[in-house]
Order: sequence, then C-alpha cells, then structure tokens
Amino acid sequence: MKPSRFEYFSPTSATEAVEILVKYQGAARLLAGGQSLVPLLNFRVITPAALIDLNRCHSLDGIRRDGASLVLGTMVRQSAAETSEIVRTCCPLITTAMPFLGPSTVRNRGTIGGSLAHADRVAELPAVAVALGAIMVAEGPNGRREISADEFFVGDLTTSLTADEMLREVRFPVCSEGQRFAFVEATNRHHDLALVGVALKLVLKASRCEYVAIAAVGIGPKPTRLLASERCLVGNKLDAAAVRTAAALSIEGIEFESEPHTPAGYRRHVLPTLVERALMEAGSSSEESGR
Amino acid sequence: MPQRHKIELTVNGKKLQRHVEPRLLLCDFLRYELRLTGTHVGCAHGVCGACTVLFNGSTARSCLTFAVQADGAVIETVESLAARGPLSPIQRAFYEHHALQCGFCTPGFLMSTRELLTHHPDPSEETVRMALRGHICRCTGYVNIVRAVRAAARKLREEGLGRDSEP
Repeated sequence: MKPSRFEYFSPTSATEAVEILVKYQGAARLLAGGQSLVPLLNFRVITPAALIDLNRCHSLDGIRRDGASLVLGTMVRQSAAETSEIVRTCCPLITTAMPFLGPSTVRNRGTIGGSLAHADRVAELPAVAVALGAIMVAEGPNGRREISADEFFVGDLTTSLTADEMLREVRFPVCSEGQRFAFVEATNRHHDLALVGVALKLVLKASRCEYVAIAAVGIGPKPTRLLASERCLVGNKLDAAAVRTAAALSIEGIEFESEPHTPAGYRRHVLPTLVERALMEAGSSSEESGR
Repeated sequence: MPQRHKIELTVNGKKLQRHVEPRLLLCDFLRYELRLTGTHVGCAHGVCGACTVLFNGSTARSCLTFAVQADGAVIETVESLAARGPLSPIQRAFYEHHALQCGFCTPGFLMSTRELLTHHPDPSEETVRMALRGHICRCTGYVNIVRAVRAAARKLREEGLGRDSEP
C-alpha cells in the first residue's frame, strides 16, 4: 500500500507552514501525528500535492496556563496531555477523556490539534472542546483569529478553517471550584472511535444545577449540544427524576442516521443512557474531586 | 522523478544515512531498504499493531510514519531485542507461555511490552491489557500473551533490572 506522490515540507514554525499553505492554495495537507491522515493517504482516499509536516515546529507543542485559560499547542501529543499535571489541575475532563482517544501507541504520536482539525464525526476530543467551550486559535497569512468550538466544527471532517489557515493552539477555560465533569461513550472496543460519546460539564450549587453543557458525538456530522436536556436541568435539583427527564429529552430534535454497524435505532436508544450515566457520574462526584 | 530527501537516523544502535522518497513509509523503509523484516505489516492503516517500533523510545506505528520523518530519530525494531544472542527475557516468556502461534503479530506485541515494562515493572493484568489493546492477535486469544508479559515482568524484577534498564 502506497500513498500517491507528494512534495514534503518540514517547516520549523507556524508562519513558515502557513506560507506553504498559501502557496499550494488548498492542495497541501498539514501532517500532525498522522494517526488519521496517513491511513487516508495509504488508501489514497486523499492525494494531496504536498504534505506540510508540523513535527519540527517545536513552538507548537507547549502546555501552559495563561490566566484563565489552559493553552495547548496544536502539536501537543495526546499522551503528553494525558500525563500533564497542569492539564489535570486546569481541565480534568481532558485527562479523563484521553484514554478513550486510542491505544497508547496512537496517543504517543496523535496530537490535540490534529484530532480537532481532522474533525471526525465520531472522534471524542471535539465533544470535549464543545462541552468546555474551548477557543480555537487559527493562524493564517493575515495573522491569528479566534474561533469558538461551536463554530469551529462545521461537519464531518470539515472545520471553519480556511484553506490557508492552520490550527495553532487551543484555549480551554480553566475550571473552577464546584465544576464537575464526565466523559462516557458507547463503542465496540474501548479505544475505538465512539459510536456515540457524551462529554459533560456541570456546576452544582446546593445540589441545584447552576450550569450544564452536554456535547455529544456520533449523532450527527459534528459535535452537538443537547440543548433540550440542558434547559430542563438548569435551576433544578439534580435528583434521579431530573436526570431521567433530561436523558429522555436528549433525543429531541435529532435525526439519527444509520450506518452499517450502527443503526439509527441503536443511537436513539444509547444516547439517553449515556446522558443519564454522565449526569450520575458527575453528580455523584464529591465536591473535592469535582473541581 | 520526485525529490528524494536525505535522512540520518539510528536504527538498532547503528547510525545510517539514506535518501528516501517522501511517500516511503517507515515500515517499508525498514523492511525493503534495511532488510529488517522482523517488523511486520498487517493492515497498513494503524489498526493491527504488528508494525509497532520504538521511535525515540516511544512506541509508534511504522505504517503511519514516513521514513523521511525519522530524520534524526532513534528507531528500535524487534531485531534490537536479541541481536543474534539468546532470546531476551520478554521473548523467552512469550516462547515459554505459548504467547504466539503463527507469530505474525508478535513483533508488535514485543515492542509494546518493552515500552510497558520500562514504565511499569509490575503491571496488573488490567494494565497489561490496556497497554496491549492496540494489538490484534488472531491465534492466541490474548490470555497467554497477558501471562507471558506478567511472567517477563517477574523475571526482570528478579534479575534486578529496574525501571531504567532496558527490558
């Protein structure tokens, strides 16, 4: 199995990478960890004229806290994010979700930015980004711009990045006291792509739900906020009845699609179950661990 | 003719210099250019784990890596485990516990086991299964593989090979 021929570039900065993107006008692809892109190249699903390898852009693999944001460079390896103490302290949901992304060998190479920019409809990280309200920082020939996670994901394998832009870093709001999180998914094998996955952020005050964000993947071409469930939770006590009602509402307004191994009926059945599980998990975590 | 790129890398302790076409996958470079045929290619799209090698000390799928990306890297393949010598403790444990039958997937399992035991000298069954979940074996049913890995870990601990030594 061979990819078709391409020109190869290995720039050492984002600026240099963007220059090459501009030159190729959409005919070049950025290579991050390669765990999703290279299979597409090997099968010749895609045949780009050029590959721009970001693996030598060492300014893009930093993990830092910048005020109220946790900033992850686009080339931060998933395994590095998983074991980072800064990430665990600032955004424990990222730490929790990492093992779901793939086996450790894949996470050794796979990157945060690569997974987000690839925007597979059943990838886990986009759900996490939407639930946390992450900000994507794009770099293009005219400088940088910020895109909210909601607006970043457009459809399956499609983001709102233009052909001459790259994802430079991702800013996640640093979580504060009282916030609780959960990530749950249904999948054939633990590390496979999700059939359906749910990421949850919850703020409880005196056991009442003050804020909730529930993002699901595997139920449409991009990560989807389950707004009906969210609306019925906010302001109410998070008891078993409220959880059940919210779970039942999760399927409202969603047109489930069938795929060979995942009929629409299965997705419709499993989504409320996952929502219920996520709410139970986050709701039962203690105040101390729920930070 | 496509442009060829010069790469310098270390493979199994040996420094090498080659010129490669960018689309040449690392697995094919190892097998066809260096004749290191111990690295097996099962699926060639990152699902089966047979082609796993160590890339700067961490496991990587050589079918999802281009040889040109290995410029400056240190690569270790299954041939590094027991270069013409007796079997390494991990290999011996696989042999003794019948952890392979046809052996096609084994090179990948061995490399991931080596990475695992470097970080976890005494892994639980759960830890072993999590570490090896990216590998597919169609012969053994995995039970003997898990036994072999834990036996290798025991053996290495008895021999006093600690965290920093190479399993």
